[in-house]
Amino acid sequence: MTSLQLWNEYGLPGAMIVLQILAFVLPLLIGVAYLVYAERKVMGAMQLRQGPMTVGAFGLLQTFADAIKLFSKEIIIPSAAHRVVFIFAPVLAMLLSMIAWSVIPVNKGWVIADINVGILYLFAVSSMGVYSVLMAGWASNSKYAFLGGMRSAAQMVSYEVSMGLVIVCVLLVTGSLNLTDIVMHDRPWWVDVMLFPMFIVFVVSILAECNRAPFDLPEGESELSGGFLVEYSAAAFMLFFLAEYANMILMSAMATVLFLGGWLPPFGIEALAFVPGVIWFVLKVSFILFVYIWVRATLPRYRYDQLMRLGWKIFLPFTLVWVLVVAGTLMATNSLPVLQ
Amino acid sequence: MAVKTNYFKSFFLTEIVRGMALTFSYMFKQRVTLNYPFEKAPLSTRFRGEHALRRYANGEERCIACKLCEAVCPALAITIEAEPREDGSRRTTRYDIDMTKCIYCGLCQEACPVDAIVEGPNFEYATETREELFYNKEKLLANGDRWEAQIAANLTADAPYR
Repeated sequence: MTSLQLWNEYGLPGAMIVLQILAFVLPLLIGVAYLVYAERKVMGAMQLRQGPMTVGAFGLLQTFADAIKLFSKEIIIPSAAHRVVFIFAPVLAMLLSMIAWSVIPVNKGWVIADINVGILYLFAVSSMGVYSVLMAGWASNSKYAFLGGMRSAAQMVSYEVSMGLVIVCVLLVTGSLNLTDIVMHDRPWWVDVMLFPMFIVFVVSILAECNRAPFDLPEGESELSGGFLVEYSAAAFMLFFLAEYANMILMSAMATVLFLGGWLPPFGIEALAFVPGVIWFVLKVSFILFVYIWVRATLPRYRYDQLMRLGWKIFLPFTLVWVLVVAGTLMATNSLPVLQ
Repeated sequence: MAVKTNYFKSFFLTEIVRGMALTFSYMFKQRVTLNYPFEKAPLSTRFRGEHALRRYANGEERCIACKLCEAVCPALAITIEAEPREDGSRRTTRYDIDMTKCIYCGLCQEACPVDAIVEGPNFEYATETREELFYNKEKLLANGDRWEAQIAANLTADAPYR
């Protein structure tokens, strides 16, 4: 093979993929920075405070200042910690929150890997997230961190069960695991109404899945003094922090794709189709992120048994029944998706 | 029946929705905090901040070394030494306030017969070392010169009530 052939065969596609990845990751990181800023501002507003105001106009550069601060600090590794796992845990967390973006379509055809099992891939990657928390908790060799890790494992496993059933409902309607197909599938209005309770269950589950208030027991500042994060400092801490917020955006994107119609204009209003799809996508994701922050500013943390009760005794039976309801309705109205 | 209503309430998240509506309505209310270094809250004319030793308009220092402030100070923060000056008037040779001991009770200001020692409106005098908070006469007089306008205005404003 000549070098030109080699370039055309491997170099060019490789370069394209790297560019595509950068096109996703850079906006994502900036999005994370402004999500943190938005959280501080919105929570401040809801508590009649001002939030960050000093760094940059209206404090717009606050997150970057924080990032620089965290990067310039020293990473302290406890002497009793398992060094390799301790360092690998935040790296894994960050990695998982990034690679999941490869299947998220932000506009028609704007997706890195348009694979046919996109939703399964997403589900698998988000389930892996529990390992980073568990590893962090175990490797820290501290009782608070360990308890945080254990709680996180139990919590994420519990809520993934009902999340799986919620996704089954969507799959029954759309008949495809491909995220682009799920968005493009033409749903009648009554199907959207039928899926609305599942949307609520999904939003509550992703709160638990991301360890966000009111389900932030793995961190539990007041009783675990930071949970699995307690031994982390500087850049390692920042990776966890970044991963947590990137995960929030990821889960919101997942909810957008599954329930809110992705990049399509809201409520199927054709007149709004002139606005680019990406903007609708970002707006919908922002809406769910706002709900995240809003809930955090409103609700106190659940007790651990309440969390488990909600997951196993309410969500699981309810989603199970609802899968039957959705399947039965689709069957009765003869609107099950036809396999091509 | 009550159990049924409770189940209904928790299942349809009615109370959570009400709570969220409340926080949302708060989002558009007037903020109660100030953007501190750039905005400041108004201070009372009786505010007891950093100490200052005042002078008369002709530049003569007011303090006559009566040591009433030293005697009244409950925290024993004030140390005064005095001897007659060349012109025969009684003046302090040393007037120290240990600002780390001071409890800002304002008794020195109350005790002073000539309004020499006062607690001014300044509260932003944090230092990097503890030693910088051991104020001597020079520092206190300098404070007096710096804040005289405001201190005098505050004293006049408060005079009718004393």
